Amino acid sequence: MTDSTSGAPGGAPLESIPSGGREHVLRRMLRDPVALTCLTVLVLVVVASAAAPLLTGYNPDTSVLTDTLAPLSGAHPLGGDGVGRDVLSRLLYGGRTSLIGGAIAVLVAFAVGGPPGLVGGFYRGWFDAIARWISDVIMAVPAILVMLVVVVTISQNLDIAMVVLGVILAPMVFRLFRGSVLAVREELYVDAARVSGLGDARILRRHVLPVVMAPSIIQAAQLFAVAIGIQAGLAFLGLGDASEPSWGAMLNDGFTNVYNAPLLLVWPGAAMCLTIVALSLLGNSVRDALGGGDTRRPARVPRSRRPAVRTLPAAVSAPVPTPVDAENRPLLVVEGLRVTYPGPDGDRVVVDGVSLTARRGEVLGLVGESGSGKSQTAFAILGLLSPPATVGAGRLDFADLDLTSLDGRGWNRLRGKRIGYVPQEPMSNLDPSFRIGFQLVEPMRRHLGLSSAAARAKALALLDRVGIADPERVLRAYPHQISGGMAQRVLIAGAVSCDPDLLIADEPTTALDVTVQAEVLDLMRSLQREREMGMILVTHDFGVVADICDRVAVMRAGRIVETASARELFGDPRHDYTRMLLDSTLEGAEPRPALAVSGHNEVTEGTR
Amino acid sequence: MIKFLLRRLIAGVALVFVVATGAFGLASLTGTDVVLNIVGETATPAQIAAETRQLGLDQPLVVQYGHWLGHAVRGNLGTSWFTGVPVNQSLADTLPITMSIVLAGLLIAVVLSVALGAVAALRGGWVDRLTQIAAVLGTAVPSFLIALVLAVTFAVRLRWLPATGYVALGHSPIEWLRSIILPALALAVGATAATAMQVRGALIDVLKADYVRTLRSRGLGGGSVVLRHALRNAAPPALTVLALQFIGLIGGAVVVEKVFGLPGIGTLANASASEGDMPVLLGTVVVAVVFVVVVNLLLDIAYGWLNPKVRTS
Repeated sequence: MTDSTSGAPGGAPLESIPSGGREHVLRRMLRDPVALTCLTVLVLVVVASAAAPLLTGYNPDTSVLTDTLAPLSGAHPLGGDGVGRDVLSRLLYGGRTSLIGGAIAVLVAFAVGGPPGLVGGFYRGWFDAIARWISDVIMAVPAILVMLVVVVTISQNLDIAMVVLGVILAPMVFRLFRGSVLAVREELYVDAARVSGLGDARILRRHVLPVVMAPSIIQAAQLFAVAIGIQAGLAFLGLGDASEPSWGAMLNDGFTNVYNAPLLLVWPGAAMCLTIVALSLLGNSVRDALGGGDTRRPARVPRSRRPAVRTLPAAVSAPVPTPVDAENRPLLVVEGLRVTYPGPDGDRVVVDGVSLTARRGEVLGLVGESGSGKSQTAFAILGLLSPPATVGAGRLDFADLDLTSLDGRGWNRLRGKRIGYVPQEPMSNLDPSFRIGFQLVEPMRRHLGLSSAAARAKALALLDRVGIADPERVLRAYPHQISGGMAQRVLIAGAVSCDPDLLIADEPTTALDVTVQAEVLDLMRSLQREREMGMILVTHDFGVVADICDRVAVMRAGRIVETASARELFGDPRHDYTRMLLDSTLEGAEPRPALAVSGHNEVTEGTR
Repeated sequence: MIKFLLRRLIAGVALVFVVATGAFGLASLTGTDVVLNIVGETATPAQIAAETRQLGLDQPLVVQYGHWLGHAVRGNLGTSWFTGVPVNQSLADTLPITMSIVLAGLLIAVVLSVALGAVAALRGGWVDRLTQIAAVLGTAVPSFLIALVLAVTFAVRLRWLPATGYVALGHSPIEWLRSIILPALALAVGATAATAMQVRGALIDVLKADYVRTLRSRGLGGGSVVLRHALRNAAPPALTVLALQFIGLIGGAVVVEKVFGLPGIGTLANASASEGDMPVLLGTVVVAVVFVVVVNLLLDIAYGWLNPKVRTS
């Protein structure tokens, strides 16, 4: 077996679930039609089984030869089975067997698996190691085989077999408890409780048990279903006390008579299915009501026909006359760019009417604090934002292309080929499962139509160009085998591999060591000059801006507050916010002033 | 990688040893009534004593265990108490059948879980919700119940496929396939459901990863990114779940074999259990655990192959 996972069947998550508001949870569950139906079914099964003697006058074990395979009738509402016993009575009494067996197994599983899980998770150490090993061993053996040995050697009684099944299922509970306790231990309040002098037993009772409660209910429901299934399996195999009515034995009888009376299979099959399905769906509903379910929503890959950017007619503000002069024509014109995310209380606007231009051979710095929307602006220009984000722009032109009308295929032709992107965090931006060579070669083959060998040769040259000493080795390496600085050089090589006109770099040096930062910046500057690319450099660092930017746009709270040449900006910052940013970054600056510089309404339109 | 696999191998061997010992301990609890079963109710005490001696049951437990283990290590699992047939022979006859349905079930589970998990993760919406509900049901309903439904529907009612029996692969590949497809499907449902949910979750996480965005920034289309990169990165955690599910697959086979009248390991275990034929029952347990260990080792190799950090360490 490989690494341990959450042990619950169906992959129940083991995260701690808030224990407060239980009443609220109960009410929410009762409003959920699925949960309500499941509860009703389970209550019906329990009541019908408990009231079996009242509901039927037959002894489930009495054979009447003339009733063999009797059809449905007033006397036998569900007919007679293969040896002339009343089917309804066997179904009702069989429910008892299943419910009692399931309860035994679940109780034993919690009694055996729970305490070691609590202790092991709380104290760790040798006890935990041994308990985990035992748990792994038990889980590696097919349960039903052990049950066969047990039924033969210890007792034909299925209830005793259910005790053993409880032991076999105990690792599930052990792992659940252990995982929950480990999670709680990480929480500070346990430490606080300990510091304040609470004994371990008290801490376990007061802080750990409430957290374990909710997932335990879910786990119990699932184990109950598993136990009913395995018990029925054993009885179906013909094991166990033949005189005890059970759904599994009924299935066996029905299967024997499948050609004569297929209905005999339907009753116990339906009863079992209903009970098991109700138990697991109920467990699921409890989890959902507690908010602990798999709430991960699919991150949709945009479908190729849909434009990534909507045209926003209203957002067109102060249209810029398109320069006729081809020499001076901007590479990229962005007007009224808006990015919004749906939030609990209305849409959240993260980029609010940004307008900027980028020219060939020029480096534009996009500067602002974290959260100012500069990265979102970059991603929007690259068409990399997926739902739930919505992107709109009055105008989004790249060279001769209107990006707002581009479909997925169009974007794929553009990205990588004409616009390159250098990410912030080098290590997380290389696919850990593929060699670096493959990741460099793939886009070149696609965009430039190069052969494998030609693309590889070009990749080697690129790696050499970005200052990697041993390109052959790096090409064969996996991302985890190289350093962060090298990974960033690889990503830069990848971004320029198809000779783009525009390079968008999102904080390309932030994650790097100070010593490497300057080198990488130099590299980007020299590549930009050598290839006469336009470049948009997203950064929060005015040092970087001073180093390589020609023009600067200052962003704050989703808007551009000032655009100027780098020289102007450093010499004579117009906007208070710019001044404040400058003050806080420049060496020998005065102590940082209070952050309340300007309100939203003071923000001036970006000048161009 | 070698170290990783070696550690797994040692753990696997230890597991087989521990389980064999435990099973032997359990089996030794059988009283002398098995001897009665063998010699018959009417046997004289002398006959019973002779048979007991013959089977070695008069020896101390440790001696019995040493004797059994000594032979088992050398690959000899003893002979049946009832028929005198070597256990190895019985296992060799039945193992191919169980392997056929279990491995076919595993294959179906891999293919279907990847497809279902990917569709749920990529399409979202009602497709996702429907898949999740189906997965809850798929993991809950025991495989033998599904086997019964499949047998009644496709074999008994529609008569598309044989209801019972097994045809060896060497005899007729098509008939072999027809004889194992229903049991394999029944076994696959649970593993498919559990693994599909893992694939779904892992894919959703991977698709949010930075490197997927960077791959897209290089102009790699949705399809290529998803198929090559995202699935590859989502695979290792799914394999972990699959390894756990495989144990359930073997357990399920014991009952599913009965439904389809397949004379596999499960049928052998069941028959020997109802007779109290300990050497055979022990043999089936040992073989099942070895099977689990071997398949998990193969899955470990696949895990390492998919995970460069493990492979290159």
